[in-house]
Amino acid sequence: MDAFLFFLFAAIAVACGINLVVQTHPISSALSLIGVMGALAVLYLLLGAEFMAAAQMIVYAGAIMVLFVFVIMLLNAGAETRKSRATFAKLLGVPALIGFLMTVSFLIQALLPRTEPVKFGAFTGGTAQAIGKKLFTEYLLPFEVTSVLILIAILGAVVLARKEI
Amino acid sequence: MEFIIISLIKAALVAFVLLTLAAYLVWIERKVLAHIQLRIGPYRVGPHGLLQPLSDLIKLVTKEGVIPSQVNKFYYLLAPFLAVALALISISVVPFGAQIELFGYKTYLELANVNIGILVILAVSAMSVYGVALGGWASNNKYSLLGGLRSSAQMISYELPMSLALVSPLLIANTLSLREIAEMQSGFYLGFIPKWFIFNAQAPQIFAFVIFMIAAFAETNRIPFDLPEAENELVAGFHTEYSSTCFAAFFTAEYVNMVTISALATHLYLGGWNPALPEPVASVVPILLFAGAGLLLFFHGMQTLATRTWDKYTFPVFGVVAFGLAGVFSLKYLTFLPAPLLAIGGALHPVFWFAAKVGAILFLYIWVRGTLPRFRFDQLMRFTWTFLFPVAIVQLLATGLIVALGN
Repeated sequence: MDAFLFFLFAAIAVACGINLVVQTHPISSALSLIGVMGALAVLYLLLGAEFMAAAQMIVYAGAIMVLFVFVIMLLNAGAETRKSRATFAKLLGVPALIGFLMTVSFLIQALLPRTEPVKFGAFTGGTAQAIGKKLFTEYLLPFEVTSVLILIAILGAVVLARKEI
Repeated sequence: MEFIIISLIKAALVAFVLLTLAAYLVWIERKVLAHIQLRIGPYRVGPHGLLQPLSDLIKLVTKEGVIPSQVNKFYYLLAPFLAVALALISISVVPFGAQIELFGYKTYLELANVNIGILVILAVSAMSVYGVALGGWASNNKYSLLGGLRSSAQMISYELPMSLALVSPLLIANTLSLREIAEMQSGFYLGFIPKWFIFNAQAPQIFAFVIFMIAAFAETNRIPFDLPEAENELVAGFHTEYSSTCFAAFFTAEYVNMVTISALATHLYLGGWNPALPEPVASVVPILLFAGAGLLLFFHGMQTLATRTWDKYTFPVFGVVAFGLAGVFSLKYLTFLPAPLLAIGGALHPVFWFAAKVGAILFLYIWVRGTLPRFRFDQLMRFTWTFLFPVAIVQLLATGLIVALGN
């Protein structure tokens, strides 16, 4: 059952990812990205990272993608027109892509150390409590540095949005 | 197998009750609004307009569903589906009452016992923006687009104070499961003040409750924050181009969302299904309430001066129904009855208190609609970013400090 769900949602994630690139309209692409994120959230849930799954939905699929969709709607961006491609790309595009992916997967298989296969349900450190403890003890410095980084980004956005300096 | 059958029965029951409630909420809303404005409200269909929701439903379903020619068809049809599906998903993690044991099966009165229940509701409500935004965009109509844009801006903005407000009861409860939160709030201070989080002795959550309710009004697009469907500026906002069943889907989604968010507020601040009064009195309250309602209905039905002719027949019928409900709630005192009946009688009391609190919040929604005018859009944004958000942060910090000192 776990393996079936994994393959189902992995397939959905990949299909949405391909759809994201293939679609011409920005809204369709944005919604495909939401599909990718939702499928990833289910994969997190299968691995036992329940808090990560919920955060993925709330922050990425909810807040960030709503802003994407909002901006696309606000600018009223239309579908992009596709130029006719070069004969080189038409003939060699798909074979070259398949070759590239095969090389990448071979390199990952060859270079990364062999680890134990993932067992569904084996990981239990995904609760909100466990993540909070880790975040405020072991990973306190990266956490605080990230928050400072976000603060700088907010200040930058405020400066850019001001009418006159 | 047993689990699947029980879950299916519960799902069917919840869906039926919820959709009926959503339909009758419209009737209640129209009646209450009418009485606030010194009118009578729906009166023609059935006694006191009680069959109005049914006739509305038949009308909406049998009307021709027009799909305008210039719309983006796929997203135009996806939007109402998303809206109603997400609204129904989020109710599935809300518990309605304590554990019940029936015919040897122990089961909880909820669809899914999820230990991150609140996060699930937040995730689903974050997704429900897309229903409105997509509907507005796909309609290819400037008013719809403006409605959709307003709605997404408003829902992102008000999600922040709402999340901050619901974090502070979580700090006290130290869990994300709605069931455990509700169970934690049982008992009384000094014998009569309920231990709800709104009255919590260490850190009373009154401010958090008020902030949560204000944000909840905005999240469900209700007056005074119903800018996305402001009829005098945007015709009907995001659902201008929708008709027939698609319109009904948006309509249902709005009312189901209201019910869900009221249930969430009940669990977080008002003690879930825990009674408002200490035990010997608490069990008598529903019996007295329904018996009193039955007597009142019989009294008015028997009066020969009844100006509404049908009341002579309909009032006693509803009186009998009310007496029947009073009888159901007194089942747990009749110890000679078989065990399943006693179990049902006992399990209905928590459900009564839960329903009463949710009903009170829903009534507040309607009351506010009859009282307050609509905000302007810039006022709406300024209110949340410059007032509600800072206040929510301050109250969260205060609660966190108190909880940290208390440990």
